[in-house]
Amino acid sequence: MQEYKNSREPLIRLTKRDSMPLGSRIVVRLVSVVLAMLVCAVLIYAITGINPLVVYRTMFEGAFGSKSRIWSTVKEMMLLSCIAIGLAPAFKMRFWNIGAEGQVLVGGIVTAGCMIYLNKLPSALLLPVMVLCSILAGALWGLLPALFKAKWNTNETLATLMMNYVAIQLTSFFVAKWENPYGSNTVGIINQSDQKGWFPQVMGSRYFFCVVLVLLLSVMMHIYLKYTKHGFEISVVGASENTARYAGINVSWVMIRTMLLSGAICGLSGFMAVAGASHTISVSTAGGRGFTAIIVAWMAKFDAATMLLISLLLAFLQNGAGEIASKCGLNDYASQMIIGILLFFLLGCEFFINYRPVFRHGKKKEVR
Amino acid sequence: MAEAAITLQNVTKRFGSVEANRDVSMEIRRGEILALLGENGSGKTTLMNMLAGIYYPDEGKILVDGKHVNIRDPKDAYALGIGMVHQHFKLVDVFSAVENVMVGGGKKRGDVREARAKIREICDKYGFSVDPDKKVYDMSVSEKQTLEIIKVLYRGARILILDEPTAVLTPQETEKLFAVMRNMKADGKTVVIITHKLHEVLSISDRVAILRKGEYIDCVDTETASTESLTEMMVGKKVDLNIERPQVEKKQLRIEVKGLNCYNAEGVQVLKNVDFELYSGEILGIAGVSGNGQKELLESIAGLQTVLPGASIIYHPPGGKEGVELIGKTPRQIRELGVHLSFVPEDRLGMGLVGTMGMWENMMLKDYSVGRGIFTDKKKPRELAEQVRKELKVVTPGLSTPVRRLSGGNVQKVLVGREIAAAPAVLMTAYAVRGLDINASYTIYQLLNEQKLSGVAVLYVGEDLDVLLELCDRILVLCGGQVSGILDGRSAKKEELGRKMTTVEVAADAGV
Repeated sequence: MQEYKNSREPLIRLTKRDSMPLGSRIVVRLVSVVLAMLVCAVLIYAITGINPLVVYRTMFEGAFGSKSRIWSTVKEMMLLSCIAIGLAPAFKMRFWNIGAEGQVLVGGIVTAGCMIYLNKLPSALLLPVMVLCSILAGALWGLLPALFKAKWNTNETLATLMMNYVAIQLTSFFVAKWENPYGSNTVGIINQSDQKGWFPQVMGSRYFFCVVLVLLLSVMMHIYLKYTKHGFEISVVGASENTARYAGINVSWVMIRTMLLSGAICGLSGFMAVAGASHTISVSTAGGRGFTAIIVAWMAKFDAATMLLISLLLAFLQNGAGEIASKCGLNDYASQMIIGILLFFLLGCEFFINYRPVFRHGKKKEVR
Repeated sequence: MAEAAITLQNVTKRFGSVEANRDVSMEIRRGEILALLGENGSGKTTLMNMLAGIYYPDEGKILVDGKHVNIRDPKDAYALGIGMVHQHFKLVDVFSAVENVMVGGGKKRGDVREARAKIREICDKYGFSVDPDKKVYDMSVSEKQTLEIIKVLYRGARILILDEPTAVLTPQETEKLFAVMRNMKADGKTVVIITHKLHEVLSISDRVAILRKGEYIDCVDTETASTESLTEMMVGKKVDLNIERPQVEKKQLRIEVKGLNCYNAEGVQVLKNVDFELYSGEILGIAGVSGNGQKELLESIAGLQTVLPGASIIYHPPGGKEGVELIGKTPRQIRELGVHLSFVPEDRLGMGLVGTMGMWENMMLKDYSVGRGIFTDKKKPRELAEQVRKELKVVTPGLSTPVRRLSGGNVQKVLVGREIAAAPAVLMTAYAVRGLDINASYTIYQLLNEQKLSGVAVLYVGEDLDVLLELCDRILVLCGGQVSGILDGRSAKKEELGRKMTTVEVAADAGV
């Protein structure tokens, strides 16, 4: 038995908060962003000697400095939120869909396939066909893990994750098949001459359609999750499968239905990535967005409007950070670091929203 | 008088805006068995957790052997000789007994032999029996509890805190535990036992400390205490401990269960050839040691259990229409057949309610799908929630406050309120008053009686034999998944009930 040495009251201990009013919650989050920027500034200056304000201005210009840059940031934001919208119902059901990356890719593959093989169709017909096919492909990719889970209770995290690799291999296969020009090992821009299957240009940008589509989806998802019977079932299954069974909910069916929907929306964002943005297909078409969107969905707690905001933040960071990498002579890692620090602070501040530190003398420390 | 082992001075602990303990000052004397008594939510466990280093008091002082100490974590507690056995065991399932005892003790694996010898020594001294090499996942609940106590003793505790140790034990196991506790007392250890069972308090303790709503009320010598005086101190007013049992003349057969057999997930047969009938206008009590098939029996009727072929559960609707077979149907199918079956399951937040949702959303849990259209109707559940809140006096900050934040009694009122509002023909309740304070319990008894008087067939699974004998018209006793008897509630004796709970006198095994 060790000897007890009397010591003082612990310096800091944590107590759970009741719940924080919305105002203070926003303040805490803003403070955490400012703190993150301060930490970044100190680091940037300490390591490179560059004026951090210049770096931040360059970042802002990189993301919003010109019309085309704004559109590029908006495009990134829309692709990200579209996937996050797709993930929201699955995560709300506590079904760990880590497979968005793959669902996006297969959506992209069939979109590209339609563009290549059906380019005789008029655009007005081709686009709906592409939408339908990408939705079906994504839904199928979401369905398989759900079926396994519903039937044999397999682990959906592993199943969805592994389906990603299948999708990546499939993409490689089709890239090799559709290679153009021969030997380039890329598909190249599809239908560059006649722009068949491309989104039409509205308000000076092809991305306008993406914006409309994603905003529409996010409104619909908000209503679906909050006001419909399906949404209620998803919440109950997510809270407790036993309760769901008790309430007479067919848990397997809800699981399958929700994953069909989740996969379908992810597939649709694959369609947007190909037909609306890159007009080509490669293994990097999803570009890790399927994973980043997981962060978006969880940080927003599945609220559609918040998901848009967080996507905007991440898109801004990505484009802005890319700019400082080239403009300020910092390499890519510098921007990754800034993103990392910011996310750390944003996620970390949730802790202070839920807990309150109490210091030794019993004085309560307010917000942060 | 013996001196104080632990003295608490003006201890206060808050969680958010809730005060779990307010200004508690009391002492625990060396070498005594102190019972800590109080209703649920009165702060017993929180108070003891502060001694065990789980929580740190917001205000006030703790003195051990007269010296002011700061118990920052369980290590500090052990160093002071304080050990606590929590209500939910903290054991590593895949480790053996000896490994569990050594975990966190700062010893290397090589000392296993020494540890084993010490465990044996502890067992001999206090009258335990445990196999040091048995894996925890192979242990029964009572063995796990024994191991927890050994773990605490192994680490040199002089002051043991046992948090509701008897809640999971059979009467025989409880007796064994009490014998061990007496041995520990004889050895000079100090024991604190948390419980809300009065007869246990009276039989084991030297003194009783009473908490009510987080505040310390009094400490009395057990010799001078009685059930009535303790209840009064616990609740804060005189409570009429009589339960009504109105008689209903016209009874109709409502549910007929025949040849019910059922295996649980581990492949153990939990129901064996269960036959019984349930009538309208009666409360049929189901007695039995917890885990003898009660849960599976109710779930079979509710359509939540897979049962062996050959069984039959017929529901006879009021008005003499033809009976309906319930076996093989899902809860929704049963509902769609027009069977008005209400079910208050044992696991309130894990089955009956969604803890993260507010009261009003929980009101629509079972009939959210009623009506056309894809949208849920929010108006009706809100009205119903408001009505339940008013009629049953549910204390909640708001209809949207997640129900898991409510106290146990209020959670139960929400659940029972919803099930009764569905105007059932059959009402099944599992441990409806478990964890409820005396006032809330009596509210529930009254509600059940009202249902019975209005012609509902009530199935009441209970654990308190006295309540079963006072409340129920008939009592079905389950033992090892078999019906060991159906007694008349008005004439049955407690001893008879207790005997039937532990032995099946009729060899009803035939055919299994």
